[in-house]
Parts: sequence; structure tokens; C-alpha cells
Amino acid sequence: MTIPLDPTITPPGTSRFRDAGGVPADRWRAVRGEETLVATHCCFCGVQCGMYLRVHDGKVFGVEPRDHDINRMRLCPKGLNAYQQVNHPDRLTAPLLRRSRTDDLRPVSWEQALDHAADQIQRVQAAYGRDAFGMLGGASLFSEKTYLVGKFARVALRTRHVDYNGRLCMVSAAGANKLSFGIDRAANPFADILLTDCLLIAGSNVGECFPVMTQYLWGARDRGATLIVVDPRETSIARTADIHVALRPGTDSAFFSSVLHVVVTEGLADEAYVAAHATGWEEVRQAAAEYPPERAAQICGIPAAQITEVARMFATAPKAMAWHARGIEHHTQGVENCLTVINLCVATGNLGRPGAGYGTITGQGNGQGGREHGQKSDMLPGGRSISDPVHRAQVARIWGIDEADLPQAGTSMMEMVHQMGRGEIRGLLGICNNPFVSLPNYAVVKAGYDALDFHAQCDFFLSETSANAHLVLPVTTWAEDDGVMANAEARVVRHRKAQEPLPGVRTDTWVMCELARRLGVGDKFAFTGSEQVFEELRVASRGTVNDYYGITYARLDETGGISWPCPTVDHPGTPRLFEDGQTWHADKKIHMQAVRWHPPADPYDDEYPMTLTTGRTVAHFLSGNQTRRLGGLVEQTPRPWVEVHPSHGYASGDPVTVVTRRGAATFPALVTDAIRPDTVFVPYHWPYPVAANELTIDALDPRSKIPEYKVCACRIQPAAHVTAVPAPPVPPGHESYAATQVSRGDQHPPTSSQGRGTSEP
Amino acid sequence: MMGRTIIIDPGRCIGCQACVSACRECDSHRGKSMIHLDYLDAGHSVASMPTVCMHCEDPLAPCAQVCPAEAILVTPDGVVHDADKSRCIGCGNCVNACPMGVPKIDLKAKLQFKCNLCYDRTSYGLAPMCATVCPTGSIFYGTVEELRAERPNVAVASTFDFGGNLLTTGVAMVVPADRGDVPVPGGVGQPAGPTPGPQPFGSVPTSADNVLGEPL
Ligand code: SF4
Ligand code: SF4
Ligand code: SF4
Repeated sequence: MTIPLDPTITPPGTSRFRDAGGVPADRWRAVRGEETLVATHCCFCGVQCGMYLRVHDGKVFGVEPRDHDINRMRLCPKGLNAYQQVNHPDRLTAPLLRRSRTDDLRPVSWEQALDHAADQIQRVQAAYGRDAFGMLGGASLFSEKTYLVGKFARVALRTRHVDYNGRLCMVSAAGANKLSFGIDRAANPFADILLTDCLLIAGSNVGECFPVMTQYLWGARDRGATLIVVDPRETSIARTADIHVALRPGTDSAFFSSVLHVVVTEGLADEAYVAAHATGWEEVRQAAAEYPPERAAQICGIPAAQITEVARMFATAPKAMAWHARGIEHHTQGVENCLTVINLCVATGNLGRPGAGYGTITGQGNGQGGREHGQKSDMLPGGRSISDPVHRAQVARIWGIDEADLPQAGTSMMEMVHQMGRGEIRGLLGICNNPFVSLPNYAVVKAGYDALDFHAQCDFFLSETSANAHLVLPVTTWAEDDGVMANAEARVVRHRKAQEPLPGVRTDTWVMCELARRLGVGDKFAFTGSEQVFEELRVASRGTVNDYYGITYARLDETGGISWPCPTVDHPGTPRLFEDGQTWHADKKIHMQAVRWHPPADPYDDEYPMTLTTGRTVAHFLSGNQTRRLGGLVEQTPRPWVEVHPSHGYASGDPVTVVTRRGAATFPALVTDAIRPDTVFVPYHWPYPVAANELTIDALDPRSKIPEYKVCACRIQPAAHVTAVPAPPVPPGHESYAATQVSRGDQHPPTSSQGRGTSEP
Repeated sequence: MMGRTIIIDPGRCIGCQACVSACRECDSHRGKSMIHLDYLDAGHSVASMPTVCMHCEDPLAPCAQVCPAEAILVTPDGVVHDADKSRCIGCGNCVNACPMGVPKIDLKAKLQFKCNLCYDRTSYGLAPMCATVCPTGSIFYGTVEELRAERPNVAVASTFDFGGNLLTTGVAMVVPADRGDVPVPGGVGQPAGPTPGPQPFGSVPTSADNVLGEPL
């Protein structure tokens, strides 16, 4: 055989560089001169990996691994590319305004922008009442800012309508935690995973959504632990798991109830632990008895023997641990699904010990902290309830307002969008969210936002949602301000400012304080920076379940992170809960809750016989407003796809339309054995017309109000061609930075769900 | 096998491509990633594996041996360097000589690029970028003893068999503990011919001009 000696005919990949796309890693040479390393954390997921930002001449230009004990220098591709956002050419650097949606957005001064916003707020509220102006926050904000969102809504806007995008993420787990334990956070630190004998991961594609957490999974297995993964897809952690339960989406609670039933019938329950520490066991046991393995196997579409196997493996392990994420939470029975996992841990006595316990993996960087201090419609700082007269009085005192002036509980994010559609909410201020991509049933979302008289949105890139707003306020990235976030372990970590905000850009804190001044309550918002806000947050959380009083910036700098509750400045924090077997309920007991499975909200019929489930891919984050602009990540995964089982007769690359009762969208097929034949998967980071969320259903869990993203009825059909991916929006007159978008036109699906292999064209 | 080296365990790899992004951050080839990340069983599973320069020891660096410009140097510590940019003529001989498909050619610059074990970091005692960030430890940097301290009883191999031609490398692989001390089959391992079933996009037909690991 002869091999031509021609560099253009070489093994695949050898002449193709996956270039980072220009900024700022655009040269294959060292950046010379002095550089400073700023110790901070990643802006993306709930793992909150430590990292150094490399700063030269006052500009962030790179990243360096940091030996923080959460991640031990490890980072995922999102974290590695995160720094490229800071000085990205797509950054918004001037407020943009238009009077009507038919005009173009035009740059205006901050003075004009804020005056206009204050006028509009006052006009809407004068005409339609205070509650007609709503506010939506986000859980990628620092905790200080999430605290301010809640305070601004209640004190400056005095509206009941405030909520946040954690409503699409963490609320089912939060609801279950509160019901069972009276405290809402993971019970164990990540480090405990290394000590467990059996690890159960339910509905979490850890390898793609929390890649750096994988080191704990593999570390546990190195030490002999078994791994059980419950996921309809064979993900990278399911691939080698001891047991992979590939159940039908929307059947988790039937599965876990059945596992519990086997635990009971085989005498594997820890009756002594339950008797000493829990209430409700009898009801739970009876409910579980309705799901013998044969029945559950039918509901879940798995072998009955697998249920018994899981029950034995989990219940006979000396120390077992369960972690879950959106896979079981994004359901109309999201809270119930989480409760069945908690019930299993409690019934087997796996709680409050090193290597034995329970946790939920927060999706956003501050998914934990963002839900604690009052931007949730029914909550006040310190995890207080806005419906509790005692809590109301406490917060009114801290804020220096009359309790009567404190609004009542509002509605959830999706409900607020429905209210916009009905004209009940006429004006909206959005900070740190992109509902045009992230909310389900896009048509309804678009119609709701379009009906607003006035919509202002804060962001650092022009998101799909901002591009539809009347007023866009350019705010800082995480690297241009100080603040704290609480990661999935409820460990509060410190983010440090690495460079001054770009010219024309302001912090979200400054924006809220300036607006509050214009609304006549400047004295309640006299904050000059994050640390001042944090000082008020500490006081506002003092003595509550979510006690931050003992946490200070100085202590965070010394320790690298402190887990709340931390009541005093000499308290070490609380990495592990329930060590004394006591919960935060008045009776100190675990309140076990009986659960009965019900089918998902969207019924199957001959027209819609299959299941659509949605999720993330490793190179992108949430609505993609950040990651779809970063060259390296676009290169890795340029476009969405639909994952289809080979039994449907498609070849990879074939255009396939997914049709649901809400809409239809066309993607290239990624044909793979790694998904159930009755299920298709579409990643959700891209906007209309390639949005998974054009298809998903806006049915909500009655308790948590989380949308049912993870299951709806669909059918698939061949299409003529795939739909092109739109460029990320930029202000009129600009073009999105071309060097980062070269592969966006790719018509093909990635090689595998994690992206394109480096040898792929 | 070198003392401190990269040891790759494909069984741990989650295909996240943190290694690909990290390699791009390296100061000696900023913006360009040298590492290869392949999805091994596209259409059937999400299995994946990284390929770094294996720093061949015996025969010593085939890429360097065929380089007409003597641009590829090997330092006494066993590291096979990327082509010296002041000598490289971009001919691509090294690309074709490499049994592992590692070197890359920038056609515009007419220069070779390849993994150099992050010499700017490793020569100062740091781990290479990819091994530093790899979330799973699939790319490990250290000695075999350090590896075994973390992962008891793992077996490693650094000899590959390319159709009877043995190759010993400076970089090692984790292999199943029960497979015995025999060389790892090199190359793609499949004779050219039709592959059964629908082929997913991106699967590469095994033909003369893209066979990996074929002896010259
Ligand atoms: S795992 Fe999460 S926190 Fe860590 S680098 Fe990736 S996105 Fe950032
Ligand atoms: S960083 Fe590690 S786990 Fe991720 S693709 Fe590379 S080798 Fe695999
Ligand atoms: S050792 Fe360095 S140059 Fe080689 S693949 Fe890893 S990061 Fe890239």
C-alpha cells in the first residue's frame, strides 16, 4: 500500500485546528509582560470550580487552573472559555432604547435610559396598579444581587410580582427539601461522595452538565463504590455504570416507589432509624406497596428484575448516597419525584453520615444562593416566607418599612408570562434571564412579552429576550464585580473582580440603586458595592435557617468557602446536615411524604405517540446567550440536533422534524443506540427557529410551578432540510463577532452528544 | 516510559473536550489545540478518547526521524518536541510517519504543530494543561506509582503492536487489569471494507489515505 506524502491528504484532523475564534486567544504565542492571576470561580454551573483569571494591563485575557478544593484545578470546556466573554466584541456598552417594537434599538445615555425606565414604571403602576409591573431575576447573579432583586421589587416597585429563573431549575428539589427536612440544600458535601459505597445518580447527565463533579464519581468507584444511574439516555456516566436504569421519561416516582417497596418487602429498611427520626413512614410504605416491581416495570418500560437489583444494591451498601438534578425535577410531579428519592435515603438510614446522604445538583452557578434571599415570589431573605406574619414583620423592620407596605406572595415565572398575555402584568424589568430560549412553549412566551407596554432587560450580551425589549441596560459580567455564590453543596464562595467594567457598562447593583433613587426610595438602596449589600444580607439572614451571619468576605478569603448555616463569625460552617439526626422542622423529625405516580401532563395518542425530552450539552450553558458567542464552544457544538434511536430508520444527518401540540422544529438526526426507542432528545440552548422550547409544554408542577421540560408527547417525521441556526443577536448596526461563528452553518449533527470529534470536518 | 508522564485512561473519559479547550490556552500555541478527541463508537455509545503525542521511545520518534529539516528535536528527558518553527518547512513527512496520527499541519502557515507535553509547564514541574484540567482524570500526569496510589491495582501499558511492529512510547495507557502484559493493538484495527448498518455522519471510511497507524 502506498501512502501519498501530501500534507493535505493526512489522517483526519491533522490539518484542522479547532481555533478558539479570535478573542482573545487568537495567537499561537505567549502574551508577554506582566500578568496578574485573580483567584475567583467559574461563572457557569453549580459546581463552582475555582479558577484564576489572567489579567494583563487591566484586561482579562486568559485562564489558569486553580487548586481550589472543589475542583482541584480541573475545569470543563465552559469554564475554560468563560474568560472570553469579558472583553468580547459582542458586549453591550451603551443602554439601548426604543419607544415601540417597530423601531430599532438606539443607544442613549444612562441618564436618559434610567429616567425613561422610572417614568415607565410610574406610568404603568399609576394606570394599572403596583402589581402590574413585574420583575424577573436570575440565579447566575451573585447572592448580593439576588437579594437586591427581591428588595427592589418589594421596596422600590412594591409589586407582588417578582420571581426568577431558578423557577425553571431548582424549585422542585427546594419544595421536596422543605417538606421533608425544613431546610433547602444538599445534605452532604461533594467530598462525601468519595466515601460512599453505593452512589445513585438520578436524572443528571453529570458528565456534560457538571463535568468536574465526575472526578468525585470516578473517585468513589476507584475506592470500590458501585454506581447506579437512572436516565433515559446512556450518558457518559451511565455508559460504564454498574446499573443503568434507562426508564421512560416521566416515570421516576413509580420507579423509586417500587425500589422502596422492594426494600421493605426484603426487610432491608432501617426501621430503627426511621422510628427514631421520621414521621409518615406508614403512609409512605403503603403508597410504595402500590408499585410492586411488575407494575412499575410496565410503567417505566424497564425489566422488573432491575428494580430489585437497584433496591438490593442501594439498601445493602453500608453507606449509600443519592444525587439528582433536573431529570427528575422538571416534571409536573417534580416535587414528588424528589420526595421518592428522599424517602429511599431515609428508609435505608442513609442520611447525615460521611458517605451517606442526599443531594440535589444545582444547575446555575448560584442556583443554591439565588433561591435563598428573596427573589422568589413567595420568599423573603433568609429563606423566610412572605406569607408568615412573623417573617414579614422581621423583614419590614430590617428594611425600615411598614409591614403593611410589604407586598404579598406573587406568582411563578411561567404564570407571570401567562399574566402578561392576559394584560394583568403590563411592565417588566428582567435581570439575568433569557426566557425566549429558556421558558417552555415559545409561542406563548413571545406573545406574553409582546403584549407588555414596557419591557426593560439587563444583560451583558444582547439576548434573544433583550433584543425584543424596549430598553436594554448593559451590565457587568461576573469578572467585573465582586460577590458571592453558593454552590451545589451550599458552600458560599467568593468571586473577585478581575477588571474594571468596560466603558459604558454598570453593575446590576448600581442600576437597581439608581432606579430606586428615581422611584423615591434611594435611602433604602444607598449601596456603593457588593460588600455593603452582603453586610445587609448577613444581618437579614441572621437567626434564620439560611443563616449567613457568620460569613464575611474576609472569612471567605481565608477559607475558600463556608457552608451555611453559619450563625457566628467563629462558626466553621455546616458542610454536612443531619449529623445529629435532627431536621429543621419544629419536631426535629424528617417528614416523609407519601407519593403516588401519575402520567405526565401531555397525553400520548396516535398522533403523538413518542416522548420528547430536553437537556443540556457540555459545550453550552442554559439559554446559550453566553456560550453561543465563544468560538471554542461553537466549534465543539455548533448547532442543536435530535437524538433518535436507529429503529426509526433514519441515518445520522437526515433532517427530522419533531412535532408536538405546541409546534414543530427541524433538526439533523443524531442516530444512536444511546437513547430509548420511544424517546427523542433535543438540547435546548438555541433560539427559535431551532429551539427545543418551541416544542415543550408549559404545564407546571402544582407545588413548585416548575415546567415539565423533561417529558411531552411528540412524533417525528422526515423533512426536506434542516433549519439554519440564527446568529446571536447584536445591536442594530453591529455584526456578531464573525470569528466565533464560522462553524454555526454546519448542517450536521455532532459526532456524539458531547460535540464534534476533533477529526470531524 | 518516562518517569513522570501522561497516562491515559479511556474508560474514564466523558468526551467533554475540556482537554481540547485547555490545550488552546497553552502559551506556546495559543488559540490552537494540539490534542485529538475522538468519539470511538459513534452511533452506538458516547465513548470517547483523547490522543496526545505518545513521545515514542523505541523506535525513537518516527516523526523526527523522517523530518528532512531536522526540525523535530528530542530532549534527554524523552520529550519529542513540536517542530522548531524556524526550521520546519511544512512538508508533512512527520504527519505521515506518526503511527498515532498526532502531528498537525497548518496549511496556511506551512508549519507543523504538535503536542509537546506542554514543555513550557512540565519543564517547570507543572502538569500539562490537558492533564491539569481533565475533569475525570482520564488524562493523568505523574508516575505509575502516583497513579496507583490514587487508583489501586490499575494496569498500564506502553507497548503497541502495529501488525507485528512493536512500538514503545513515553506516554502510557491504562488497560484492563486482567489482560496481561501484552502489547496493545495499534492502529484502527479494522481491515478496509463495508461496515454493516447505517453509518452515522462523521464516521470515517477506512481507506488508504486516512488509515491511522499503518506502517510506512
Ligand atoms: S464544571 Fe461547572 S463550574 Fe466547573 S468549569 Fe464547568 S461549568 Fe464551570
Ligand atoms: S478533558 Fe478528559 S474527560 Fe474530557 S474529553 Fe478530554 S480526556 Fe476526556
Ligand atoms: S500535553 Fe499540552 S500540548 Fe500536549 S495535548 Fe496536552 S495540553 Fe496539548
